Amino acid sequence: MLATFVLFATLPFWIKGVGLYPYLGVEVMIWIVYALGFNLLLGHAGLPSFGHGAYFGVGAYAFGLTQLHWGLGLGGGLLFAVLAGGIAGALVAAFISHRRGIYYALLTIAFGQIFWFVAVKWHSVTRGEDGLLNIKRGSVLGYPLEALESLYFFCFAVFVVVVLLLWRLVHSPFGRVLSAIRQNETRARFVGYNVWLYKWLAFTLSALIAGAAGGLLALAQQSAYPNVMSLHQSGFVVMMTLVGGGLVSFWGPVLGAVLFFLARDLLGAYTEAWLLWYGLLFMLIVLFKPEGLAGLLTDVRSRPSA
Amino acid sequence: MFEAAHLHKRFGAHVVLEDVSMRFAAGRLTGIMGPNGAGKTTCFNLLTGRFAPDRGSVRFEGRDITGLPPRRIARLGISRSFQVMNLFDDYSALDNVLVASPELRARGFSMLGGLVEAGRAGDVLAQVGLAGKEDVRAKDLSYGDRRALEIGVALAARPRLLFLDEPTAGLGTEATARIAALIAGLKRSLTIVLIEHDMKFLFGLADHIYVMHWGQVIAQGAPARLRANPWVQRSNLGLLA
Repeated sequence: MLATFVLFATLPFWIKGVGLYPYLGVEVMIWIVYALGFNLLLGHAGLPSFGHGAYFGVGAYAFGLTQLHWGLGLGGGLLFAVLAGGIAGALVAAFISHRRGIYYALLTIAFGQIFWFVAVKWHSVTRGEDGLLNIKRGSVLGYPLEALESLYFFCFAVFVVVVLLLWRLVHSPFGRVLSAIRQNETRARFVGYNVWLYKWLAFTLSALIAGAAGGLLALAQQSAYPNVMSLHQSGFVVMMTLVGGGLVSFWGPVLGAVLFFLARDLLGAYTEAWLLWYGLLFMLIVLFKPEGLAGLLTDVRSRPSA
Repeated sequence: MFEAAHLHKRFGAHVVLEDVSMRFAAGRLTGIMGPNGAGKTTCFNLLTGRFAPDRGSVRFEGRDITGLPPRRIARLGISRSFQVMNLFDDYSALDNVLVASPELRARGFSMLGGLVEAGRAGDVLAQVGLAGKEDVRAKDLSYGDRRALEIGVALAARPRLLFLDEPTAGLGTEATARIAALIAGLKRSLTIVLIEHDMKFLFGLADHIYVMHWGQVIAQGAPARLRANPWVQRSNLGLLA
């Protein structure tokens, strides 16, 4: 954990030296927050959501609307993004938490598509496919976030708080019960757990974190578009989590998000079809190393030295 | 202590239980026997909340618990084990017991707190003969140990009434003897209801036995009396199936 924090705390000072740019760090941290929240659901509770972009997008729109029309300020805007993501997630979770497996996954897609469709069609609020533009970044403690350094360290602060909270949560009694439900929902019921409520809470918390990440995204890119809610982009967070090894490690989504953006920028420099190559990598990992990069690293570390 | 009256259950056109009534007296071990497909496990499922009966009632210590969900029945002090093992496979033996403990259940919604002390979970593992295997993952245990852990998870909730569904299924002679010794030990402190195919095992432990066939109770009584029952004799020879 310390290594991760040190890496991102120092990133603006060395990243140009390796031919990349500090804003990439902002993007990666936002998606790590999103993916870690998503993995609370997929990796820890075993609940596959393939429409999670909905809550990411709701957070982005919620933040954008507060900054463009309601004058809530940066803190109020982010809080509203978190709440909006959480409320949207809570509503959906109320309809799907009695399901599991493929039915659960299909329902998450269906609800995700509803949110995406509303975002595209509700032009008076979301401006349709044009999206919300010119969202103000505001300032923190007198530091205007228009400056990239201020934006970076503000996002870093949120990133640290979310990582610490999620780490604590997955190692708490609640995290232990979620994992038990993933392993055997029936037995969890028969030892006295209200499985529906745990699943509902897991989804709501995950959507709440997605809302926070969406708010940060709108803050960073100063805009909010419906494309982040699409099924296509909802798949990105699934790929990041699985490629990184979220099923076996808390840190899997971190590895997955870093690899995804490195692939985008490094492979993308050579070919527009970088996602094809990333997709092939995803297929190879699912076929040959479902535990992802985290599983691979564990294997390497546990290999006896010659 | 526990009474089921006139239970009926059908799945589609198939009637699986018909007018089944049973009483389980406190501090006694009651056995349920019968051929495959007799409705024994369905009966367990109705008594422990997995399915609601179409008709009939279930009462525990005077309280109507008909149709209550499993979690609410579990919280009243009723535990069960399963014929097809239902463990938390990625957890260690100790964590399997810990997650079923009332202490963890009481703090299950604590999101920022620490975990509960293992304390009594270790005692439960020792009780079922798994001392020294606390850190072994459930899926890495031998079949016999998994059967013992299945009972351990049910015991972790500190039940007053324990339902055991074929706890010796698939076990060899030695492992069966081990489970028999365990259940005989539990019998002193718990009310137990046991589904079992192994006649020797069941008749050696039970105070009262119900014989089921075609979704009905066709005979009941103390083991000594039932031995002479023609249904039981035929069942013993495998002729009922």
